[in-house]
This record gives sequence, C-alpha cells and structure tokens, in this order.
Amino acid sequence: MSRNAQNDHLTRLEQTSIHVFREAFANFRSVCMPWSMGKDSNVLIWLARKAFCGKIPFPLLHIDTTYEFPEMYEFREKAKVIHGIDLIVRVNEDAIRRGIGYATHDPVTVTHELKTVPFKAAIDEFKWDALVTGIRRDEDPTRAKERWFSPRSAEGNWDYKDQPPEFWGQFASSAPEGGHVRVQPLLEWTELDIWEYIRRENIPNPTLYFAHNGKRFRSLGCHPITHPVDSPASNIDEVIEELKLTKTSERAGRAQDHVGRNSMQELRAKGFM
Amino acid sequence: MNTQSLSQPVSTSLPSVEDHRKMHVVVVGHVDHGKSTFVGRLLHDTDSLPNGKMEQVRKNCAIEGMEFEYAFLLDALIEEQEQNITIDTTRIFFRTKQRAYAIIDAPGHKEFLKNMVTGAASASAALLLIDAKEGVMDQSRRHAFLLSLLGVKQLVVLVNKMDLVDHSESTYQKIVAEYSAFLKTLGLNAVHFIPIAAKHGENVVERAAKMPWWKGPTVTEALDAFSHEDDLTGLPLRLPVSDIYRFDHRRIIAGRVEAGAIRPGDELIFQPGGRRSTVRTFEDWPGPESRSVVGTGGSASVTLSEQIFVERGQVASHPSNQPRVGREFRARIFWLGKEPLVPNKTYRLRLLTQNVDAVIAKIVKVTDASTLESKEADSVPRDSICEVIVRATRNIAFDLHHECPITGRFALEEGGRIHGGGIILDAVTKSDAPSGKVTASERGARAGHAPAVVWFTGLSGSGKSTIAEAVERRLFDAGRNVIRVDGDDLRVSLNRDLGFSAADRAESVRRASAVAGLFAGTGHITLVTLIAPLAADRAKARATLANHTFIEVFVDAPLAVCESRDVKGLYAKARRGEIAEFTGISSPYEAPEAPEVHIKTDQTSQEEAVDLVLGAIDKLLQGKGDDWEV
Repeated sequence: MSRNAQNDHLTRLEQTSIHVFREAFANFRSVCMPWSMGKDSNVLIWLARKAFCGKIPFPLLHIDTTYEFPEMYEFREKAKVIHGIDLIVRVNEDAIRRGIGYATHDPVTVTHELKTVPFKAAIDEFKWDALVTGIRRDEDPTRAKERWFSPRSAEGNWDYKDQPPEFWGQFASSAPEGGHVRVQPLLEWTELDIWEYIRRENIPNPTLYFAHNGKRFRSLGCHPITHPVDSPASNIDEVIEELKLTKTSERAGRAQDHVGRNSMQELRAKGFM
Repeated sequence: MNTQSLSQPVSTSLPSVEDHRKMHVVVVGHVDHGKSTFVGRLLHDTDSLPNGKMEQVRKNCAIEGMEFEYAFLLDALIEEQEQNITIDTTRIFFRTKQRAYAIIDAPGHKEFLKNMVTGAASASAALLLIDAKEGVMDQSRRHAFLLSLLGVKQLVVLVNKMDLVDHSESTYQKIVAEYSAFLKTLGLNAVHFIPIAAKHGENVVERAAKMPWWKGPTVTEALDAFSHEDDLTGLPLRLPVSDIYRFDHRRIIAGRVEAGAIRPGDELIFQPGGRRSTVRTFEDWPGPESRSVVGTGGSASVTLSEQIFVERGQVASHPSNQPRVGREFRARIFWLGKEPLVPNKTYRLRLLTQNVDAVIAKIVKVTDASTLESKEADSVPRDSICEVIVRATRNIAFDLHHECPITGRFALEEGGRIHGGGIILDAVTKSDAPSGKVTASERGARAGHAPAVVWFTGLSGSGKSTIAEAVERRLFDAGRNVIRVDGDDLRVSLNRDLGFSAADRAESVRRASAVAGLFAGTGHITLVTLIAPLAADRAKARATLANHTFIEVFVDAPLAVCESRDVKGLYAKARRGEIAEFTGISSPYEAPEAPEVHIKTDQTSQEEAVDLVLGAIDKLLQGKGDDWEV
C-alpha cells in the first residue's frame, strides 16, 4: 500500500484520528489511554505512535479484572515491550477480597466493581483530565451520540442531552470542574475498518480473534462472560471476508450487554466505557 | 444461547463497498415532518439493519402497547422513546449498491439547534424533509439557512407524507414553487424535490406506484448521484501548527494540512509572526521511508532547516500565497449560547489551532432565520444568525470564507464551551495596522517569546553577576532579547545618590524594579543582579513586576566563601569599618524562603547553575504558550 495515498478510506480515518490525538495532547494537562488489549485498543496504540512520531508521550492504563484470558496477559507483556508503553495496572483488590466474582455475582455488578470502580479510583489518583478511548459509533446504539471530545462530570456521568456542539474541527477544550474529557479517535471507524487497518499496518493482536476448533472471539472481555462465535475464520483475510457478510452485532458475545433491556446504558451512565 | 452463526451470510445482496469512502449525509427539516421515520425506512429498505433489530423493536412496542413505527428503529435510548423526539445527532451507517453512507439524523426541535450544527457541519450533502400536508414551516426555512451558512451545497428536498395529500401532484408543485423561491434568496439550489411517503417506503428505494407522474429519481438514486466534497488539495497550503514535539533530539512541528499540499524542500512562512524556514524532513512513523508529499487532510510531522520560533496556532503557508494577517473582520455567525451574544464582552476566538481573546466590536444586523428579515440589535439571542464585526486582541491568520472555507471559519467559546460559529466575509483592513497603544503581547509576538524578569539575589561576591553573564550569553546566542541590569553599574549611575542605609537599599530595589519593568515591557528577558538583602524589598519588587514572569534566583554562597574570594576587596574594607552597613558583616541578609531557583554554589558547578536558571526560564515561559529551548 502506497504511503502517499491520501484518498483511500483507511488513510482518511487514520489521519483524522491522528489529528484528534494531537489536539487532545495539545489541549489537556494530563492525558491517559486506558488499554483493554483488544483490537481497537491496539489500533489506538498504533495511531498514537503515528501521531507522536514513534513514542507515546502519556501512560496507558490497564484495569485488570483478574478475569482476562491467560493469552491476554502474555500479549500485554509482549506489547508493552514492542510499543515501549508506560503502563499502569490497577486491580480492585478490595472487591476481590469481598468475594465479588462471576461465580457468585451478576455480570453488571462484577463489571461495575472490577472495572468501573478501580477505573474511577485511578482517575482520582492520577487526576487525568483527558482519557483516550477506543469507542466507535457503530458498536452500540448508546455510543452513536458520542463526540470526538466528550466531557464527563466529576462523578463520571455523561450528560448526553447537553453536549457541547462540535464542528469544523473545534473540540471541547477543557474538562468540567473535577471531571475529564473522553477523547475518542476511533469514533468514525467500523469493525471492518479496524480489521482492514490491522491487516494493512500489520498491527500485533491476540490470536483469540482467530478461529480455534471452529470458534473465534469477535470482541474480548472477561472470560466467564465472553463467548466465542461459530466461525471458520482463522486469519485476518478470512475475518475480513466474514465481516463483509455478517449482520450479527459485534458485541453479541458480551453477556453484560444483554442482561436487561438497557444494561449497556445503565453501565455507561455509571461511567463504564 | 452462547454462540451465534457468523459464517452464514444473511443476505447476498449486500454490495462490496470496501473501496468506497463513506458519504456523510444530514437529514433535516421541521419537527414531526418525518425525519426519523424516513431514516428508519431507508435502513430497512436498503437492508442495512442488524439482524433481529426489527423484531426487537416490534417486541418492545408490543410490551409497551404501542404501534410499531419505523422511527423507533433509531430511538435506541428509552428517553427518546418516551419523548418521541430525537435528542441528538445520531450517526447511522447504511449502504446502497453504489456506496456506503453515514447518515446524520439531525433533530428538528428548535432547542436542539446546536446538534444540528454538529451534524450538518460534517456533512457533504443534505436531505431536507417537508410535510406535504403542513407545507413549508419555520424550521424548513431555518435549516436551509443554516445549511447555507455551514457550507452544505448539495441539497435534495423530500416532500414527505404524500399519502396524506392523496399523492397530489399539484400540492407537490405548490411546495416546490414556494420553497425553491426561498432557497434562491439563500443562494441555494435543490438538486431535486422528490415526492415520497416515508412510512410506506414510496420513492425511498422503490418507485411509488401511486405517483406515476413522478419521473425523477428515488431518494437512493439521488443520493448515489451526489459527489464527495471538493478536494482542497488544489488550494494554497494552509498548515496550522498543532504542537511542537521534542520527545527526543528532534524538534517536530506537528499539524494537519487543512488545504493544499506540502513537500520536503518547501519554503514556509509562519503567520502571524512572519518567520521563514524550509521543510527539511517528514518524520513519519514507522520509518524509514516517509511520504514525499502530504495533501489536504493529511497529518504532517515536519522538521525545519532553521531553528526558528514556532508556536501552536501559527499557520504555515508558502510565501507566495499567504493567509491574511489581521485582527478585525466581518463575519456571519450563528449563536447557540444560553446567554445572548453582546458587544464588548470577551470571548475566545478559535480559528484552526489559534485561540485568542476577541470581542464583538459591533453587531451589524440580526437576521430572522425564517423570514430572512434583518434588523439592528444590541444583543444576539440564542439560536440566532447575525452579522458582526469581530476584533481579536492580537493578530491572527485567516482567509475569507469564499477563498478558502476551512481557514475562513471559526468558533466562539466562553467558559471552555463552544457557543457559536461563523464564516469570515471580509477583512476590516484598518486593523491590519493595529491602532492604539502597542501591547505587551504584540511586543512578545515580535520578539518571538514572552518577557521575564530574573532576579539574582545573594551576598556580595556570591557569583550573581558571573552566573547572570553566562545566562545572558546563552540566551543571546539562542536569539532571545536579553539584557542585564547590574547592581554595581546602577551604584555609579542611577543610584549614585544612594548609600547603604535600609531606606536607601529599599529605594535602590525600587529603582532597579522600575528599570527591569521597562526592559521587560519591551519584550526583554531581563536579568537583575542586586543583593537586595531584605525580604520585604524583594517582595515589593515581585509585586511591582507582577505583570511579568518573575524568577527569583538565590545565589547561595556561604559568607566565609564570599569573604575569602573578596574580588572587589569590599569585605576587607567592611571588616576594617570603612564601609558601614555591609551585608553579611554589619547588616543582615534575609535568605529567600521560596526562590524559583536555589543555587548552592558550594555544591553546584557554574555550568550546572546556568542550566538550572535556563531550565527555570524555559519552564515558566513554556507555561506562557512559548516554544523554545535554550
């Protein structure tokens, strides 16, 4: 692929994301990028390295639920070295001591306790005013209303009915008092774009995305509530071909989204990504 | 059920679109003229809904005892369903046989104007719905006006709900006549007026059997005929500086090319400021090969041949075709703030990466977006469109909107929140040469850096002047405006009448502060070396110079060391009683409690001391938005 091609779709997405990264870094005092180690997260790392000419000038944060797939921990250590990542890892030890877990609790509670609570604690600890997320508009209807720069209150709440206008490349330039701004460089990307970009750029990713014994993961979360889909797609080319034909939603294998009719909205109002 | 089949294609009719760019289309129109229903139907008829979505929404409707409507497909959030109104810009992807689209269902409710702006500003084309039964309404006109202001040129009008007017061609023709006359006054021209009944899918994707008189395209046929926005690569180069990266030995100018194209070897001029240099390299990662050209929309990472002063906000262009530089212009703006826009209040003006204070010097006229009638006014209420004179507090680089749209538009911000935006119609030329007194920021702009006062205090013989001289040399060689105000020099000139009494020392500090203030006012980094032994006097100096960055450097040498050096023989004289009230011997020295820089000369080499001072200057001036390294 020619690096001079300005006009192909992926390059346009890439260049816009780089612009969003750079504007965030120029505007905010203290930036952090949560890292799930999933495909979107790994594309973000790649884009950040492009935006900052090789070295990511802010830390990454992994909220470790302790329920990650074993391969993900291996991938984390490998990727840390490849990308020269300054990584902060946080675990909600208190919740684990209290016995919160998938064996005994519902997924919404566990997600809240093991993800959202330590995430908020880390924000309080490091006082970041901008967090870079891998949210895409095509993932879920509740994400369709997101902005490139999306302010969150000190409580982490998202006032989606009163968002600042965003136009002509001008973004919200400051965080609300005590709150932060979510910076979302992948907003315009689709799942297919992500995979085509991973293929074009050869971006390292966990192999759980590829079929083993006729099943593969399309989206990765905690292992007790993340289920593989039937798929013969065992490499990137096959995944891309499959996605061009599917109409099943990407997060169909993520149980916490499907507990109640609006569980995703409930999680997000409480500060979930 | 934990697994789902992905391998079986649900539909084989989905076109292969991976090579096509998505086109952004905004859907506008008066409230209840059927926008959500139309988009829901469009998704359904183009087979773009996710599996099970129809069934899920139908089921939810059944649970709540409501009749299914296509609009519900979009109203994914409960709140929306309760209010039966779309609350924000939603972005939905769909595909025709020709290409992929991102459709923006901009809401029509008046109070949500800002969301429409957010949606429409990113669209290349617009669909505007008019209810055939209700006819042209307030927002039908207002939205068209906004589209013209936001620069959306490709427009198709959908005359909806034709089923409610018996598919009457004459009703359709009446609306076409009335509305196209209105569009003409805006300089807009609808490509088509398509009669549709969104609820029944008539003329959306399929042709309507009930309107055989319609020979024009269906909605999807009209969409597929739209072209992408103009390629701006043919325009002159506009590269606003987003940031300067110095993560390693490289000094990289980062920015996005907003118009034109840039190549290594190009000579650039950075405005405002007017400094020039040549593009040495692009620093693309991962290397080693870099692009030979960066076109419009591309992010550039540029190193320059000369180390000139560059800061965020400046716009790089080719010297042969530069943006205008000035601080006053006439603009047409839309105002979305809760508080009215008023003259002489300070707002933040954001144009590309420039961010400056500005006032509305004059409200020329406020336009009623429905009637397009203009009137004079003292303030501009929310959701209005008006023409104003904007005056920035310092020079900015810009273009007129009709010359280069991207550099000819701006946002107005207050309290960290964007409240309005506008397009630049004309430069007000008299302000190209700023009037009134020359401001400190203008001087700073010319010097290329903010001024500062660096005050070296410490005992006689502690090494203040030696360090200050070395700092001065380094700053001077780096091209900074720098000057040294030396206490010993003042003693034989300005302060010739003063002795060493407490009162005279206070006066000496006062005079030195006044001189330092004058130099700093001319944009100089001013290095003062004066013993200034009393904390109260130094506090007064700091207060006097509060307008400038003030850096107190405590040159902390033990008395014994100073006395043993005694370069000027003063300590010997003082010990002999020939100098009264000599600091450290017969007069106190009050050490600073919290100096910006504390140099312990017995533990720090002179080189280290100089670096400490330069580091502090660098850091504090960085905070002033400056960009340089010494």
